[in-house]
Amino acid sequence: MSTALLIARREFSSYFRSWLGPVLMAAVLLTDGVLFYWKIGLDQKLLSAQVLIEFFYNSSGPLMIAGIILTIRLLAEERQNGTLILLNTSPVKDRDIVVGKFLAAYGVLVLTTLLSLYMPLWIFVHGKVAIGHIVVGYLGLLLLGAAITAIGVFGSALAGSQVVAAIISALMAAVFVLLWLLAKASEPPLNQYLAALAVHHENFRPFMQGILLPSGVVFYVVFTYAFLFASVKVLEARRWQ
Amino acid sequence: MIEIQELYKYYGDQRAVGPLTTSIERGEIIGLLGLNGAGKTTTLRILACDLLPTSGKVAIGGVDVVEQPDQVKSKVGYLPDRPPLYDDLSVNDYLTFAARLRGVPASKTAKLVAEAVELTELGDVSRKIIGALSHGYKQRVGIAQAIVHAPDFVVLDEPISGLDPVQIVEMRELVKNLKGDHTVVLSSHILSEISETCDRILVINSGKIEWSGTESELSIALRQGSRVAITVRVAGQNEESARARAAEIARSVPGVSAVDAATTTENGAGIAAISVRGEGDLRDALCRALVQADVSVLSLGREQELESMFLELLGESGEGAPVRRKKKRRKEGESSTTTPAEGGST
Repeated sequence: MSTALLIARREFSSYFRSWLGPVLMAAVLLTDGVLFYWKIGLDQKLLSAQVLIEFFYNSSGPLMIAGIILTIRLLAEERQNGTLILLNTSPVKDRDIVVGKFLAAYGVLVLTTLLSLYMPLWIFVHGKVAIGHIVVGYLGLLLLGAAITAIGVFGSALAGSQVVAAIISALMAAVFVLLWLLAKASEPPLNQYLAALAVHHENFRPFMQGILLPSGVVFYVVFTYAFLFASVKVLEARRWQ
Repeated sequence: MIEIQELYKYYGDQRAVGPLTTSIERGEIIGLLGLNGAGKTTTLRILACDLLPTSGKVAIGGVDVVEQPDQVKSKVGYLPDRPPLYDDLSVNDYLTFAARLRGVPASKTAKLVAEAVELTELGDVSRKIIGALSHGYKQRVGIAQAIVHAPDFVVLDEPISGLDPVQIVEMRELVKNLKGDHTVVLSSHILSEISETCDRILVINSGKIEWSGTESELSIALRQGSRVAITVRVAGQNEESARARAAEIARSVPGVSAVDAATTTENGAGIAAISVRGEGDLRDALCRALVQADVSVLSLGREQELESMFLELLGESGEGAPVRRKKKRRKEGESSTTTPAEGGST
């Protein structure tokens, strides 16, 4: 685990040695802020709780896009630049490489998400919302962020270049987000399975509303673990090629 | 130190290496010599545990690379053909990261990094960002990362490639300095690049070791069946007829077994190049015969390029070698190999 943290630390700091980290964080926070002000400023009749639900809904979009952008480079860039060989020829488990990379990108995502906390706190101070609603909503955002980051890590592990990684990750994320549409068009019981697998709609809505369902937490944890596990297997398989 | 037995590596259906069997003693500097695509890099990647063999056994210090890769990796330092450098890190930060990755405890890291920086003479640039360094310095940083964890065994894939003449001399010194503390395997496709540095040379061709020996043994092997490159000028004739005249004279020299057309970088009327193959050292006899026949000899020397060595050492093993040689020359055009041997020009 210490090796995973070593890799995570290097990767995390590299986000801030380039434009990517600061610019992406600024873009996400700006988008969140504009959407928040738009709701509060233009529709003052909304209840505080409704504003908070809207805030979590609006924040989830930029969060997912940021998750994909942050992860594109993780393994694909290392492979492209020939630096993955440094990790492969060191006594480092593939699991540590994947976990380290995931933690770095997820760290930036968590930091960005937490920096948006002033908006719900503003509602808390000026309106009437339960602190529990804010906590559960943020838990939902962080779990959703973990799931999307894991998809991105998997896409980056599969791809030989960053462009291909971006396409694979974006497509996979889009499929898992839009599964609810497919569920809508399907017959029972298939629609239930598809809806249960949708990474955003069915599983995220309760968090937005401040409802903490253990099944939602389990879904995101298992989803994240499955994609990270698959990423490890991809790295292992490449050595046998 | 290193035992390789019946090693095979396939990429899909294509055999990249194998069957390959050899052993390397502790403290040796071994040169792996082969043309591009001969299987050098694949062999080195397997030794560095970057690739897994398809079959066979590779043990480093008695530890199997497949069964206990992590244990092997901590004993091995590897410089790939493209140094695995993070351009956004300083040299010191990068080496610290590499050392920690290889399991060096935090308390010992600073000391080992300082030693690697000193050995590779990177002191002047140790605080600089790697992205701002020249190719030569980057190559040194690549070697520094390969030795920073004080490994028993160092694998260097074409460490001299792309360096200027001054950097080549410095790199040779650097590799020689590794001797003693480390067992080193380095690869190249140019004989002269490694002959001065290595204790032993392994010639690899189509994934197999075709020849193995010391530099002096190699010289003897070369002398026994050598190829001589000759550039001539025949006044008043065009290139083709000049070549035909030179070839005719060369064929009349006792011991000459074959004469091929060659290309030359020299331009001018009546200038042509030939490549002569035969038993023993034919240079003086060829030179005398040509001069006596009023053919001017512009250059004459033993070909010591790997390409020539393959033809002489391995040429009997396949008819593909001469074909490949001609193809390569056509590709290289005017810059092709009619380089006289060191000290061989007359």
